Amino acid sequence: MSMEKQAVERARTAFLTRRSRPLEFRAQQLKALQRMITEKERDIAAALKLDLNKNEFQTPLYELVGLESEIQLALEKLPEWAAPRTAEKTLLTISDEVYVQPEPLGVVLIIGAWNYPFALVIQPLIGAIAAGNAAVIKPSEVSEHTARLLGELLPQYIDKDLYPVVNGGVPETQELLRQRFDHVFYTGNCAVGKLVMEAAARHLTPVTLELGGKSPCYIDKDCDLSIVCRRITWGKYMNCGQTCIAPDYVLCDQSIQGRVVEEIKKALKEFYGDDLKTSPDYGRMINQRHFKRVTALLEGETVALGGESDEADCFIAPTVLTGVTGSSKVMQEEIFGPVLPLVSVGSVDEAIRFINQREKPLALYVFSYDSKLIKRMIAETSSGGVTANDVLLHYSISALPFGGVGNSGMGSYHGKHSFDRLSHLRSCLIKSLNMEAVNKVRYPPHSAKKLSWARFFILKRVRLGTLGRLALLAAFVALAALVAQRFL
Amino acid sequence: MLPSPSSPSPARWFRTLRRTKSTEQSSKLSLSVCTELLRKSREALASGRTLREEFRLSQLEALVRMLVENEDEFVDVLHKDLHKPRFETVLSELILVKNEALFAVNNLKKWMNPEYVARSLVTSLDECFVVSEPLGVVLIIGSWSSPVQLNLVPLVGAVAAGNCVILKPSEISSHTTELLQRLIPSYLDTECYHVISGGPSDLTDLLELKFDHIFYTGSRATGQQVMQAAARSLTPVTLVLGGKNPCYVDRECDVGIAAQRIAWARFHNAGQSDVAPDFVLCHTDVQARLILALRSCLLQFYGPEPRHSASFGRLVNAELFTHVRDLVLASGKVAVGGEMDEAEKYIAPTVLTDVLESDPAMQQEIRGPVLPIMTVYSADEAINYIRRKEKPLCLYVFSSDRKVISNMMTCTSSGSFCANDSVLQSMMVMLPFGGVGASGMGSYHGRCSFNTFSHRKSCVLRNTRVECVTYLRYPPYEDRSLSLMMWASSLSRRSQAWCQIL
Repeated sequence: MSMEKQAVERARTAFLTRRSRPLEFRAQQLKALQRMITEKERDIAAALKLDLNKNEFQTPLYELVGLESEIQLALEKLPEWAAPRTAEKTLLTISDEVYVQPEPLGVVLIIGAWNYPFALVIQPLIGAIAAGNAAVIKPSEVSEHTARLLGELLPQYIDKDLYPVVNGGVPETQELLRQRFDHVFYTGNCAVGKLVMEAAARHLTPVTLELGGKSPCYIDKDCDLSIVCRRITWGKYMNCGQTCIAPDYVLCDQSIQGRVVEEIKKALKEFYGDDLKTSPDYGRMINQRHFKRVTALLEGETVALGGESDEADCFIAPTVLTGVTGSSKVMQEEIFGPVLPLVSVGSVDEAIRFINQREKPLALYVFSYDSKLIKRMIAETSSGGVTANDVLLHYSISALPFGGVGNSGMGSYHGKHSFDRLSHLRSCLIKSLNMEAVNKVRYPPHSAKKLSWARFFILKRVRLGTLGRLALLAAFVALAALVAQRFL
Repeated sequence: MLPSPSSPSPARWFRTLRRTKSTEQSSKLSLSVCTELLRKSREALASGRTLREEFRLSQLEALVRMLVENEDEFVDVLHKDLHKPRFETVLSELILVKNEALFAVNNLKKWMNPEYVARSLVTSLDECFVVSEPLGVVLIIGSWSSPVQLNLVPLVGAVAAGNCVILKPSEISSHTTELLQRLIPSYLDTECYHVISGGPSDLTDLLELKFDHIFYTGSRATGQQVMQAAARSLTPVTLVLGGKNPCYVDRECDVGIAAQRIAWARFHNAGQSDVAPDFVLCHTDVQARLILALRSCLLQFYGPEPRHSASFGRLVNAELFTHVRDLVLASGKVAVGGEMDEAEKYIAPTVLTDVLESDPAMQQEIRGPVLPIMTVYSADEAINYIRRKEKPLCLYVFSSDRKVISNMMTCTSSGSFCANDSVLQSMMVMLPFGGVGASGMGSYHGRCSFNTFSHRKSCVLRNTRVECVTYLRYPPYEDRSLSLMMWASSLSRRSQAWCQIL
């Protein structure tokens, strides 16, 4: 039996012992996860620096603080999330219990990505644990230091049978995908996303796919470009452009493009100083393959800013391209690098048309003082999420579901949405073995009279407080007695 | 890019020949026809009319009118397809859909409004909300056992959510499908909603096309095929799949009433239901009484000759008849019923006892008016049996002991659960209905349908004018800014957003 299969079987056996179900156990595991983040922050930061040149201040900010907040939220809200959720009743079920009971799914497979290798594994894991599941964790092998660290740390803090870490490359991932899970949570690119879903389909396993796309960023003409460009610069060049919701390209009027380039240049200087390469705050491409992929996109384009690169260091300077059209090479795939094309559009109509001609992206950004324009952009385009007048933010609000649509993915998570996504929401109807008189309307032999009674009972719905319910129950009992007389 | 049409093979030629025999109005399920309908639907979608609340309301109201004005025709076709009594058609098909449509009409405004979420200190200047938008063009493939309800209830959800729809009812319930093909264009917008029909081999062709959501009710094998095809274009799916729904009868229970409820559930529509109890696990102490009670119920429901009862159905086709007949002949002993007539596709309401786990009736989904009863010696034994099998769509338990009910619920998993009755939980507008594990994924009914056919888009509208707080997040990163941020984030621990510092 392969190592992967063993890990999955162990997780399933551990799940079947039911020890992941009690809320106290889930809280204890989440607290242990919290401790791991606090105690091992340095090691995590060191691994991330080796993988992506993230500096020690960036790591807590972007990877860890968000996770701690999610853990806190889960700990606080777990009793509420896991409790039965009552549903409205009809007259026919007035004396019954009608509710939805969240339950664990079973064994969840979490496949992480390499760009935020810690967060993109731990965040779904928080949801999986909170929902009472077991989880097999497969960090991306591309961010190898973080993958190795996760393999060492997680078993030290959380239950190692319920939450095993499986490391490895493509063959190991394929072997994992041959096993049967109760949910597969994948973060990554479309091509692999399709393979993951196909593999899951063989076992009828539901999936959550957090994929990518080209997130457009529309800048209206009348904007304070210094604020706008500072925000865009922050979001675009963070992690060397390797963020799934980074603004991929800008759509704006030709007349402001010059100023946009100027303002981005100013912001870059503010953020990274004069010599970008030596700035501790500027990241690197994850590896040579991605370095080559992104530098190839620059061929034949007009570089308005940046363009320098160093292969040995996987360094690509923050770059802005102008004169880009819809058919340019750089507009055919998600850039996932520090290259920002500026595409000219004459109007917001043209921008909307341009966006709608393409696959639905994971995020959409619009900068404008005109709230009507913003609302129009939201209404006439589709994307996973939208942030107006800033970038990335909708990711950080736990109350908002985060996920894609169309080619950018399916399913969503964060906060309670993680819990719900990784639970089975089971509908329950608890009746008693009395009040049979009313039920008699549905039994054969059928008659027209019975039919009219049945229509009455089934079509009415009530929304009542307890007092109202009692009053109605009394009336109902009287009615039931009447019905019983007619049909018994 | 469209696949090029294959050269005409004899099989394909015969299929085409068969199809041309059907009525002029029906849409022949050829790939080019479907592609054209898909294109038309996308164009209609792009026109934006389905985004308007008035449009969706008018379509839903038209659907209700269609059911009300043509009630007799629906009763007639369902009688032809399944020998369904008027009562069942009206109650479990037409009223169910009407209920869903009216519920959507009454709540559409609320559902279409953005949902604002909790704000925190810093986001108090911003608007954070979730807005529901249509997915696009939805493919709904309904099953034949309750052909009206299984096609039109998802249609209600898809229409309410603002999608365009291609509806493919089953060719097995051919009269109903033909009626839907005829009626729907007369009531609903002909650019946005299309009805097609075809056989299982045509499904493969259809699944080559790109939809924005596929809703499928039917068998596991086809469910897998649908999901695999959907994976190739990253299309989300909702699958409601059949299986064996267990029903445990405890020794602490009013056997007479339990028998009535079980008999009604199992034998309505001649047992052809995805949600009825498929088999009973009966506590040994009450088995004899249960069988007697079932016998007496059946007599009361259908009289001494169920074949002559207007309230009892027939199997939908010869293939199913053979399947059920073979199961009966190879499993246990007939305690009640057992009479069959192949020409009429009639099988009497039948109860089997002395059934073993290895019998075909306990291994395969029955889909007919046959109820196997397997003896168990305790509730725990029943639980262990259930847990050994795939997660079913529905799970039933009859007991007056709350602890037994509670235990059964916590120790098992199923799409839905009902204690002391059956089927009802699948008819309620306010309870999501769907499967889990091998019985499917996703759910629908009521608001849940609307959500299933929508994309819930998260939006944050930020203020451009207040920049000071955001300075903390920009490089260069230093110790000073980090401790400020950590302090600010400790404030955020109480709330739901860590974007304080962003």
